[in-house]
Amino acid sequence: MTAPAPVLSARDLRIVYRAPGAAAPVPVVEDVSFDLHPGRMLALVGESGCGKSVTAAALGGLLPRGMELASGRIDAAPGVLRAGRGLAYVFQDPGECLDPVFRVGRQIVEAMPPADRRHSADRLRALLVQVGFHDPDRVARSYPHQLSGGMQQRAMLAMALAGRPRILVADEPTTALDVTVQARLLRLLADLQRSGNLAVLLITHNLGVVAEVADDLLVMYAGRAVESGPVSLLSSPRHPYVEGLLRALPRLAPDAPPLEGIPGQVPALGRRPAGCPFHPRCPLARPGCATAVPHPTRGPAGHTVACHVRAFPSPSESTP
Amino acid sequence: MAPAAPSPYPAAPADALAIERVSVRYPIRRGVFARVRGAVHAVEDVTLRLAPGETIGLAGESGCGKTTLGRAVAGLEPLAAGRIAIGDRTLSEAGRPLRRTRADRRRIQMVFQDPLAALNPRLTACDLVTEGLAEHGLLGGETREEAAARLLAEVGLGQDALWKYPFEFSGGQRQRICIARAMALRPDWVVCDEVASALDVSVQAQVINLLTDLKARHGVSYLMIGHDLGVLRHVSDRMAVMYLGRIVELGPADAVVDRPLHPYTRALLAAVPVPGGPRGTARKVLRGEPPSAANPPPGCPFHPRCPLARGECRRAMPGLAGDAGHLVACHRAGDAP
Repeated sequence: MTAPAPVLSARDLRIVYRAPGAAAPVPVVEDVSFDLHPGRMLALVGESGCGKSVTAAALGGLLPRGMELASGRIDAAPGVLRAGRGLAYVFQDPGECLDPVFRVGRQIVEAMPPADRRHSADRLRALLVQVGFHDPDRVARSYPHQLSGGMQQRAMLAMALAGRPRILVADEPTTALDVTVQARLLRLLADLQRSGNLAVLLITHNLGVVAEVADDLLVMYAGRAVESGPVSLLSSPRHPYVEGLLRALPRLAPDAPPLEGIPGQVPALGRRPAGCPFHPRCPLARPGCATAVPHPTRGPAGHTVACHVRAFPSPSESTP
Repeated sequence: MAPAAPSPYPAAPADALAIERVSVRYPIRRGVFARVRGAVHAVEDVTLRLAPGETIGLAGESGCGKTTLGRAVAGLEPLAAGRIAIGDRTLSEAGRPLRRTRADRRRIQMVFQDPLAALNPRLTACDLVTEGLAEHGLLGGETREEAAARLLAEVGLGQDALWKYPFEFSGGQRQRICIARAMALRPDWVVCDEVASALDVSVQAQVINLLTDLKARHGVSYLMIGHDLGVLRHVSDRMAVMYLGRIVELGPADAVVDRPLHPYTRALLAAVPVPGGPRGTARKVLRGEPPSAANPPPGCPFHPRCPLARGECRRAMPGLAGDAGHLVACHRAGDAP
């Protein structure tokens, strides 16, 4: 399967945190690679502290103070890697991202490139309609507190689109929203991505959301990519962590199996174990898992997994 | 107002927790003199019976009044109408000051959504879980350390947890401490307000399974408040769905999830993304936003967003009705979706 040229490609990202006064930097993200394609949505999935938001922030040069990209490459077409222009972000809490003292319309116009500002009123109306508002003029005149959470998030989306981005990074965009509002926003994201040929990087902890809208998936655990590939891999995951996550997910189906948590907890930054980061919680762990870091192995259809026990056989072994 | 009846409240089983026609309203104050200009109808005319040992899941979206109802049950909100009782012992009643006796307070405990905010940062786990025991004089012959070690062991925390402070624990462990603290007093009911929502999926399942174990071991009942219908289905015997302060559907948890009767319940279930479910645009999406609880629409509160609404829905408030313990408040419940 040969995909069209990616609009952004990240290779072997290693992000470290240097605490003030600390001797050695602490690794936050290690060996994470992915491609973003126009018109496709990649979901970065993981629990809190797995490094998914930091990875996304690194793309736009928005790493928080103390963190730096220690090694790895981010390649993209010229002009893409500029936060607010080629690359736009939507964050979890829209109430914190909108300025409470300016009208929503003015804030969206501010995000437009100069060429669009000449006819900003038309463009503003078009953007607000595009994100699903039936009364764009009223919304444009509103202050953020006059809108509900779901409306604020759609206004944020309009602001992100105002810069005519090639890539949209949506960091937990629906986590603060109710399910019925979430459903509407997800549908909107999927529409924008297909019709606008936008590359979307969706960051989420919710596997249900991933299964619903994403095309590809990258699961992270303790700063490392453990499994990646097309979303269909969720029906036959290889990595024990991904299996565990799916078993821990409460289902609505009538024949839902009993819930199984994953014993233990996500290791804290700086206390990540040697070897495979998941081995202390892994039901399949073998002695070797505690010493050597598993590297991603490739399987069919772009499916990769980083696990000693469930590795794909390497081509030389599989061909007789 | 409420229709006159010979006895205001029908007889409940002697040891059931009875929520009888409860309303909770928050006054809206405006102007220089802060006059009351209206009220937010957070909970309106809710009746619910919890049998001992039964878990009821209370589902709904933000602002539907589920947390307010839970707080009213725990004795943290005064009632504008109705009463809350265990058997014939009235705990809260409209027009009565919000004071419960020590013995009454022991019987209903609460676990909150954000464990870090619910735990005093300056107390150790040992002090946190035994504070109530000491206050209620329930230590028996145990020292506080012994009691704490026993309670923490019940929720899966070891001896090393005793002298740690809340910030030294992970989110899941903090929630376990909150649960141990609520269980310490051997309550009959525990109100669990979104106890798993702030936790990661792998840890969320641990906490839910812990609650189920404790119920099996001690026969405690839960009022589980949540927005995640999957979680609620796993833990609840019965489930109530709230919309704009009212219960719109009530029934066995499996029936409510598998055969929902209210159009709102159906919309809520359809909106939950699940692996293996329909993708993208294949589903129906509920239009509009919930109306303001300060100014609820006339008739059925759901009619402005309801795909089935017709004339009578705009005029008359539907009552809860149904058979086999599966009740729905909808004029059009019998009609095909």
